[in-house]
Amino acid sequence: MSTQALAVEEKSAAAGAKVFPGWDSRAYNYYEPKGRRATHYEDVTVDVQPDPARYLLQDWIISFGDGTPTYSKDWTALKSHDWHLYRAPDQEWERTHYQRQSTICGMIKNVIDNARKAGAPKRFDKAWVKVLQDHIGAFKHAEYGAGTALMRAQRYGYTQMVNNAILTNSSYKLRMAQDLTLYLGEIGLDIEGFDADAGKASWLENPIWQKSRELIESARGANDFLEQYFIVNVLFEPLVGEMFRSGFVMQVAAAQNDYSTPSVISAAEADYERNLANTVELFAMLVRDPHHGEANRQLLHAWFDKYSPIATQAAMDLQPIWSQPRVKAAQFADAYASAINRMQAIVSEIGVFATQVPMPDLETAEPAE
Amino acid sequence: MTEALTLNKITSQKGISISEATRLIADLGWTPSYVQDAMHFPTDYKISKPPRDPMKQVLRSYFPMQEEKDNRVYGALDAALRGDMFRNVEPRWIEWMKLFLAIIPFPEISAARSMATLGQLAPGDHLRTGFTMQMVDEFRHSTIQMNLKKWYMENYIDPAGFDITEKAFGKCYATTIGRQFGEAFLTGDAITASNIYLQVAAETAFTNTLFVAMPSEAARNGDYALPTVFLSVQSDESRHIGNGHSMLMSILKEPDNHMLLERDIRYSFWQNHMIVDAAIGTIIEYGTKNRDKNKESYAELWHRWIFEDYYRTYMLPLEKYGIKIHHDDVHEAFDSIVKKGYVHKVAQFFSAGWWANFWRIEAQTERDFEWFEHKYPGWYDEFGAWWENYEKLSKPGSEIITFADTGYVYPHRCWSSLVPCVIREDFCVDEVDGELFTYASEVDRWTHKEAFAGEYQGRPTPAMGRFSGRRQWEEVYDGWDVADAIVDMGFVRPDGKTLIAQPHMSFEEKDMWTLDHVRGHTIRSPLKALRDLKPEARAAHIEEYRNGFKIRRI
Repeated sequence: MSTQALAVEEKSAAAGAKVFPGWDSRAYNYYEPKGRRATHYEDVTVDVQPDPARYLLQDWIISFGDGTPTYSKDWTALKSHDWHLYRAPDQEWERTHYQRQSTICGMIKNVIDNARKAGAPKRFDKAWVKVLQDHIGAFKHAEYGAGTALMRAQRYGYTQMVNNAILTNSSYKLRMAQDLTLYLGEIGLDIEGFDADAGKASWLENPIWQKSRELIESARGANDFLEQYFIVNVLFEPLVGEMFRSGFVMQVAAAQNDYSTPSVISAAEADYERNLANTVELFAMLVRDPHHGEANRQLLHAWFDKYSPIATQAAMDLQPIWSQPRVKAAQFADAYASAINRMQAIVSEIGVFATQVPMPDLETAEPAE
Repeated sequence: MTEALTLNKITSQKGISISEATRLIADLGWTPSYVQDAMHFPTDYKISKPPRDPMKQVLRSYFPMQEEKDNRVYGALDAALRGDMFRNVEPRWIEWMKLFLAIIPFPEISAARSMATLGQLAPGDHLRTGFTMQMVDEFRHSTIQMNLKKWYMENYIDPAGFDITEKAFGKCYATTIGRQFGEAFLTGDAITASNIYLQVAAETAFTNTLFVAMPSEAARNGDYALPTVFLSVQSDESRHIGNGHSMLMSILKEPDNHMLLERDIRYSFWQNHMIVDAAIGTIIEYGTKNRDKNKESYAELWHRWIFEDYYRTYMLPLEKYGIKIHHDDVHEAFDSIVKKGYVHKVAQFFSAGWWANFWRIEAQTERDFEWFEHKYPGWYDEFGAWWENYEKLSKPGSEIITFADTGYVYPHRCWSSLVPCVIREDFCVDEVDGELFTYASEVDRWTHKEAFAGEYQGRPTPAMGRFSGRRQWEEVYDGWDVADAIVDMGFVRPDGKTLIAQPHMSFEEKDMWTLDHVRGHTIRSPLKALRDLKPEARAAHIEEYRNGFKIRRI
């Protein structure tokens, strides 16, 4: 090796150019990975929101006027012996979030562009157009309400992992609300007489949607941020969101000459699978907590008892929508039973009930007038 | 001649306009009638006018745009490795990234959290998309910066300090200054914190030095990664500036808010100056090996970005709305950098306590002296001896410069900004709730005593935040041996004895300081000592402190 090459080597600031104490300490070493090895998500997420019980030597250094610190465990009545144990199963960080959101935006754009180029909206069945206008149009507000409730909730969690899971959930919901809004706006250009404002009127006044609105307003109105998260993902999504999207739109639309709406709305189903996994993991962790598990379970049970009547009634109230398309391709009873099963599976997985989950009685719930 | 046919012309079809799209999206909100919205964080401001959305962007164009920006960032990081960036990068520079990148992800994610508050407080839903995009942007910034730090850790010659990064953030005397910055984004009065301090001051003014000036210096030191990441981050800031200005315009409409706005703009500008200029000024001017005399000094950068761009074109126009702007503070901030050596004195402080760091600080040498003297005439007379001493004392076994007989007086800590009171003549004290506190300047004193209180000029301000916690690092370790404090913080390499911090850039084991080299010195809290003095002795100490010191060559 020439002298010049040696001199360059000497100067190098690349890993391994010198061996000295600590030269090979090349992993974040201040937290315990959940698995055998730290994941990228963990490396960019864990401990970014600090905690006086871990490394925050000088404690929180600003408080609210009433003395509450920058982050407080009291912002939820649920308790954990160690909030830092939680990891979101979807392992989302910024890059994966944008990749996924962007892919969805691209998919939806292609679907809408191609459908419009092919003149598809003009061939939608007329009765179906009214369903899109009144009910997809109303449902977009439900997505928006869930998204804004979660946007608030992402402020209050005790760790970065909890808050980021709620943040991405909010981002997905708000994107879907906008997807539906813009989709209806665009196909409205191709459908004569389409009323883009009818959906909001339906959301605010149509009896079919009033319990759904009450449920979403309950999510927005709950002071406990995990109560908000519970209402959205454990009750609203399976009983209203998923039932309407999968149990109705995605099953019925094709028979009305509409192939674009199911594609647009299907993105929310995949979003929910991820958000649901994050939700179940968190609540199940709290129910299994060695110190607070039973108290947590009872509180979740109380939330379930408080909101599930609203949610099941909200689901029942949607029944008339199944009758509105000209071609009846799906039965409400099937969709409802499926939604109840789904909700039952979710609360079982979390462990909300000490015994078997009670199945709401289909006959006793009355649809709205 | 026929017009050229393009694919766009063939495939384009009529869509809804941007303004119609944003109108439809803003109409997604409604006034609840079954259950009222949950409580939000408190504010003493009144906001009745819905803020307008200046950007008119929707999420379906936002996400693909951001993904493309990400692709460029991660592609550039790959290219930097293929181009062997670390072979030529300046270690002096990368070492300071251990500090900077330990701090910055927390303020970023704090900003994400604070969008919850603004989203709730802003009447109407016009700006909700703006706040949503900012929330996701800040999530981006926090995790992209954690990723960059991991990348440095994996590829730079000395990973020690990167490997403990978030733990170090919680323990270090310097990162607490950054935490004052980040916690201020989301604690206390929601408008003060999230709109004025974060959006109107930090993002509109000081991100220019943070995210534009600093990347330029990084590039001069062979670091292409920081500019790639941070200029991408800065490209999101224009959106946040727009959000902030729109919200501010809504708040301005209510005359009752004007007194609070005056308070908050004053506090926010001054504290951003104290914190950002201390950290970024030091990193840009003392973390660089580039001594091109044609490049701007931090003072010149500050004049361009803060004085000309921000003060003259953003702050001054607020006067026409009836907001009192404290021009003297802006001039004083500039003078502190140009005439009073603020940045140099902070750099001196960081080096005085090098052993308590989790990064290395290299001595400034002749080449550096020449540049400093060129940019700041008189610099060598005031600081030359310090850095010459520092280099002499950089070998293990030397006296620690903190305790050497150089004439240096370890500074008091400012209770407001947490930056040390390095401009000695501006040092002041006051009592709050019967207890004595120290401040770097009159505005810092005012910030603690008058702004962060339950009443402001006779007006109840229950929502305003309070300073809390164990704010002074020196008090936490008062009476501790230096070596024990370092062990307690965890600032030791994996061999259990070699310090992470070193006062040089040698990577030879024989040159590295260990716990044994620093043991035998006791940390003392200047504030505690001051409080323990009798009134006459205290007054004499304050007078002596204000007179400053002269460094002796050893």
